Amino acid sequence: MKRSLHLFLGSLLGSLRDLTPIVLVIAFFQIFVLEQTPDHLLQIFVGLIFVVLGLTFFIFGLEQGLFPIGESMAHAFANKGSVFWLLSFAFALGFGTTVAEPALIAVADEASKVAAEAGHIASGEQAMRSYATGLRYTVAFSVGVAITLGVLRILLNWPIHYMIMIGYVMVIVMTGFAPDEIIGIAYDSGGVTTSTITVPLVTALGIGLASSISGRNPMVDGFGLIAFASLLPIVFVLGYGMLI
Amino acid sequence: MQVLQDLRALMHSTFFDILPIAIIIFGFQFLVIRQRVKHLKKVLLGMLYVLIGITFFLLGLEEALFPIGRSMAAQLTNPEFLQSVRLSVGELHWVDYYWVYIFAFAVGAGTTIAEPALIAVAMKAHEVSGGAIGVFGLRIAVAIGVAVGLALGAYRIVTGFPMHYFIISGYVIVVIQTYFAPKLIVPLAYDSGGVTTSTVTVPLVAALGLGLAETVPGRSALLDGFGLIAFASLCPMISVMAYAQLSDFKNKRALKRLLDTDEYYSRQTKREPRS
Repeated sequence: MKRSLHLFLGSLLGSLRDLTPIVLVIAFFQIFVLEQTPDHLLQIFVGLIFVVLGLTFFIFGLEQGLFPIGESMAHAFANKGSVFWLLSFAFALGFGTTVAEPALIAVADEASKVAAEAGHIASGEQAMRSYATGLRYTVAFSVGVAITLGVLRILLNWPIHYMIMIGYVMVIVMTGFAPDEIIGIAYDSGGVTTSTITVPLVTALGIGLASSISGRNPMVDGFGLIAFASLLPIVFVLGYGMLI
Repeated sequence: MQVLQDLRALMHSTFFDILPIAIIIFGFQFLVIRQRVKHLKKVLLGMLYVLIGITFFLLGLEEALFPIGRSMAAQLTNPEFLQSVRLSVGELHWVDYYWVYIFAFAVGAGTTIAEPALIAVAMKAHEVSGGAIGVFGLRIAVAIGVAVGLALGAYRIVTGFPMHYFIISGYVIVVIQTYFAPKLIVPLAYDSGGVTTSTVTVPLVAALGLGLAETVPGRSALLDGFGLIAFASLCPMISVMAYAQLSDFKNKRALKRLLDTDEYYSRQTKREPRS
């Protein structure tokens, strides 16, 4: 009890330190550049306290819950030796965490507006909604495929940089053929998909796998899953834009 | 009172965000792995902490950081403000937006340092590398990458250059660096691109991009407002590899100096018996 309280306090101090830069940035711009005091100063102060508390709980919970279970599952899958179940877990994790991602839903709605404005799809409510839903499922599917591919890479020891370069070449070639309006959204969708909960779990999965297979270095082989999860959506969304 | 209501609503929606993940984890645990979870109570408690943490974090963002970020983006791109700080004469030139670039840089650095997902990855990298990669060093490297990326992205929106030229040249730099950077850092560097752009950065950056695209003449908010996130996920790869290359270079030089002095001393000791 005392030890976890100690850990909690340490993580509280860490969050305070993490938040100082952004507070300084805002204060500097308000005072010296814009020369205004912001409205609702009290509300902002309360909000900042919430951010500090939130960060503290998040990191504390990560160490207690998400990291251990992610790694223990990776070990269990490695010991079980069933590649099929491991890959389907990887796919489910990628697809399931992305399809409900709030940032992705927002971007997909925005994208349907762009497509309607450019005259690619009918500007009716229904056409826009089906376009946005299609885009969301495309991205979620691509993240699922990406995590599966990344796990396969760890198992088979493929060199990561060749795979990433093939991805880059595909992005560059497809950029030449895709409609202009989709390019910005496609490039952005890579960054949007990897959420705050997915990242720790996926990282724990990769490192757990790499450290339980002999002959793998967790530093070289454990990372890289997120890289796939942010590259593949670009390719898939460009493809989606070309097809529709 | 309003805040409490928001808190409940947010807790509710965060719960449903986490639910699919919990179902996948426990579904596979019970149906496929068929083992009891070790320290089940601790794991559940940890997940509860994560839920509470994300809820408070998002509430704080909505109460404090977003409104102020949005209003600052609007103020900095306001034509009146731009007129009052401009450097050139005649029509507005891209240099007149210098405060926007500085703001984009500062916001990128500030939010990335506080990004929970990045902290998680940096902690793992520190643990796995046996302490060779510092948590804080990695976070600073990523923060600089995001900051430069956003400033560059803001510059692109102002000038209206096509985005794919920037992205493709970024890819070329990444490919070249991959050959020269220490092999250990490469996968981590690739990952750090995707990690940075989650909860904190995306909404703030989106507000900045849309604000800029709306006020700069000749830009469409819908077509040019996108793309900042792509810059913020490309540049950290470059900066993290550069960080590794720099520390590698420094280590090698220190080692060389050590060897040189060693040689010097051994020469000295060889000479000694003669004198």
